[in-house]
Amino acid sequence: MNTVAETRLKRPGSLEKNPRLSQWLRVHRDGMVSIYSGKVEIGQGILTALAQIAAEELGIALQRIRMVPADTAVSPDEGVTSGSLSIQDSGVALRRACAQARALLLESAAARLAVPARDLQVTDGAVRGGGRSTSFWDCADDALFDREIDETAALRSPADYGVVGKPTPRRDLPDKIAGRPRFIQDMALPGMLYGRIVRPPHNFAGLISLDDSKVKSMPGLAGIVRDGAFVGVLAEREDVAISVQRDLRLAASWREAGPLPRDVHAWLREHAAEHRVISEKKNVDARSRATRALEASYTKPYIAHASIGPSCAIAQIDGGKLTVWSHSQGIFNLRRDLALALGMREDAIEVRHAEGAGCYGHNGADDAALDAALLARAARGRPVQVQWMRDDEFAWAPCGPAMALSLRAALDTRGDIVDWEHELWSNGHSSRPGRADDPALLAAWHVARPHERPSAINMPLPAGAADRNAIPMYDFPNQRVVNHYVREMPVRTSALRSLGAYANVFAIESFMDELAQAAGIDPITFRLRHLKDPRGRAVIEAAARRADWGRWKPSEGRGHGIGFARYKNLGAYCAAVAEVEVGHDVRVDRLILAVDVGLAINPDGVINQIEGGAIQSTSWTLKEQVKLGARGIASLGWEDYPILKFSEAPAVEVELANHPELPAVGAGEAAQGPTAGAIANAVAHALGVRVRDLPLTHERIAAAISQST
Amino acid sequence: MAERFRLTVNGTESELEASPDTPLLYALRNDLGLKGTRFGCGSGQCGACFVLIDGHPAPTCDTPLWSAAGKRITTVEGLSKGGELHPLQNAFLAEQAAQCGYCTSGILISAAALLARNPRPTEREVREALDRNLCRCGSHSRMVRAVLRAASEIAT
Repeated sequence: MNTVAETRLKRPGSLEKNPRLSQWLRVHRDGMVSIYSGKVEIGQGILTALAQIAAEELGIALQRIRMVPADTAVSPDEGVTSGSLSIQDSGVALRRACAQARALLLESAAARLAVPARDLQVTDGAVRGGGRSTSFWDCADDALFDREIDETAALRSPADYGVVGKPTPRRDLPDKIAGRPRFIQDMALPGMLYGRIVRPPHNFAGLISLDDSKVKSMPGLAGIVRDGAFVGVLAEREDVAISVQRDLRLAASWREAGPLPRDVHAWLREHAAEHRVISEKKNVDARSRATRALEASYTKPYIAHASIGPSCAIAQIDGGKLTVWSHSQGIFNLRRDLALALGMREDAIEVRHAEGAGCYGHNGADDAALDAALLARAARGRPVQVQWMRDDEFAWAPCGPAMALSLRAALDTRGDIVDWEHELWSNGHSSRPGRADDPALLAAWHVARPHERPSAINMPLPAGAADRNAIPMYDFPNQRVVNHYVREMPVRTSALRSLGAYANVFAIESFMDELAQAAGIDPITFRLRHLKDPRGRAVIEAAARRADWGRWKPSEGRGHGIGFARYKNLGAYCAAVAEVEVGHDVRVDRLILAVDVGLAINPDGVINQIEGGAIQSTSWTLKEQVKLGARGIASLGWEDYPILKFSEAPAVEVELANHPELPAVGAGEAAQGPTAGAIANAVAHALGVRVRDLPLTHERIAAAISQST
Repeated sequence: MAERFRLTVNGTESELEASPDTPLLYALRNDLGLKGTRFGCGSGQCGACFVLIDGHPAPTCDTPLWSAAGKRITTVEGLSKGGELHPLQNAFLAEQAAQCGYCTSGILISAAALLARNPRPTEREVREALDRNLCRCGSHSRMVRAVLRAASEIAT
């Protein structure tokens, strides 16, 4: 039986967890407004979009908004900045909070002026009525917002928007383009020591010995911290910390763990532990029309985050209090796991967000925070900054999981798909902190009293994780989608931009083209025949139109292809057309993307995210693969893990659908899957041969050609 | 053993004491407080730590201090003059040519060197000039546009 509390409608966005108005904003006497969001800037421009939303509902100039960096001491707990959900979580909450704040400020101004609120004239916080004037700033009073959020305050109509929906320059870029200190890597606190960690290889089972006699007398060395297999260096100078780290690495001897699978995709298929049918549709009549069956298998390798700036953190212990600066995506979850790992109370830890280099998912940021905290314990009150080296990042930041996929389908005589089956095999796509009984932080598994390393898990559908976008958006009368979850992890895996959607959409869109070809139908027409969703159809048609799809002129070695998905089947719609040239390698000349995110808060921000997602996906699709060796991860530098270069990056055009009346959804992960599908299809179009294993390298293409002849 | 070094950075002479093998990167960032030059890989392969040494883009992560002494060093902070941003920086802002911005300093350095030797580059020449710099966020197209825009603004 439901109780009253259980049947109450959930509050929208992050208000459910943070229902007090004072948690979201503060109005100051000097004409500024502080906005508190638990979402963080990770290179995606979110704080600019949230500032726009706040300014819009308050009816004040954007310059009056100050976005307060997230801090566990002052910010609402909005979980993790991930999943392209910041607009839905934080934006929705701020919109409500700011609408109510404006109504309260107007009420207060009305009382001051002794004029009914409806007779007031308000411009950018200045209030006039009855021949007198006041302002929001005069009415600023913290007690005014010390109340629960009331969801009845009227929201501005999108038709009246003046700030939201306008291309708006990013607030953080002036510093970053001028080269001013802005990143956590740039912070220099008084008395700060520099730390580095002497990490084992990825595939290790313990520290056998460490001879530190040679480095002990190094001038500037402030300490060597050893706790089980966790070894850290503290130094007065950063270059000294690095050189001692290098020497200790050579001096350390590690016990290696058992061998890794030679063929990880075969291993995944054999090791499947939990099988779940996530979608099933049956129509016997339709199935009886099947005249032709096709099947194909696809793979995606482990992929690295490979941010240009390795992970970094600063920690300081003052009395019993630990302060940590981190570029974590989830400062509250990090605090929880730091408390578990360090045996501290959560309220003795404050985690402050500081901006880092580009973040594309669960990277080493949280791990670096524990590294810094462990070193801070030996720093006698001085702050300690730890930055990982390039090979630390490649060896230890979680990888985006490898995946294997098998698809089967049947066509009828008209060329319609009457049966569809999609199976996927993968490790879990999330091992983020804050979710298990053991801390999901690297050093916690290496210390003398180690915690258990939690296995990566999958979040449930509809968003899903490994199975994200595994259920096709197309309408098939018979359908079966199966997720084979493999718990045991040969290497550490977690969330990387778009999670399983990248591989699932790559496979679905590749297979759609294989079926279209078998049916002798143009790929665009074929998709539209199987897709009812009007917004989905609209982006496919828009991309085809912009690319002049119907007027393609065939030429030797050139091809074009289409890919489509709606991210998570409930977020942004995206269709991509790729035009490629295949010589020794694949070159993507041009990408045309059509996107529908509903209301675009900052249209230029959306376009920037789509362009970036498309180019990053081009890099994944053409070049990227984490190599494994005897010691675990063997891709440890840019020479072993090349990414797309300027001379290889395609021209990208983005067409944004205009739907201010529809809810805003995130854009950061919409382009990855469709771009991969489009490129794979363009390569098949150019060559007449299909490559089903990512990345689409020269070797893969040569192998596919030799198999076909 | 630590030695005294004299560096000419952005037109200013400074003295510092460090081991001769110290990578220039750490002298700039930590001794001189010029944090705009950033660590990326430590082996000169990503471009995040580029500065101009006698006008040529060079990685500071594997340039030892001893070899930089006496040379003319320009960091990203030195691109602006008298509080005015370099035309490249204005163009990057106008094009919103960044996402995370961590690689930006090094890319501005490579682009400044290009425009100094070739004031009207083609798109292809811009891409070639930036090929030693990596960008992970996928801002390539915007950055190429920004460099071309700066070139045309300098010319007019």
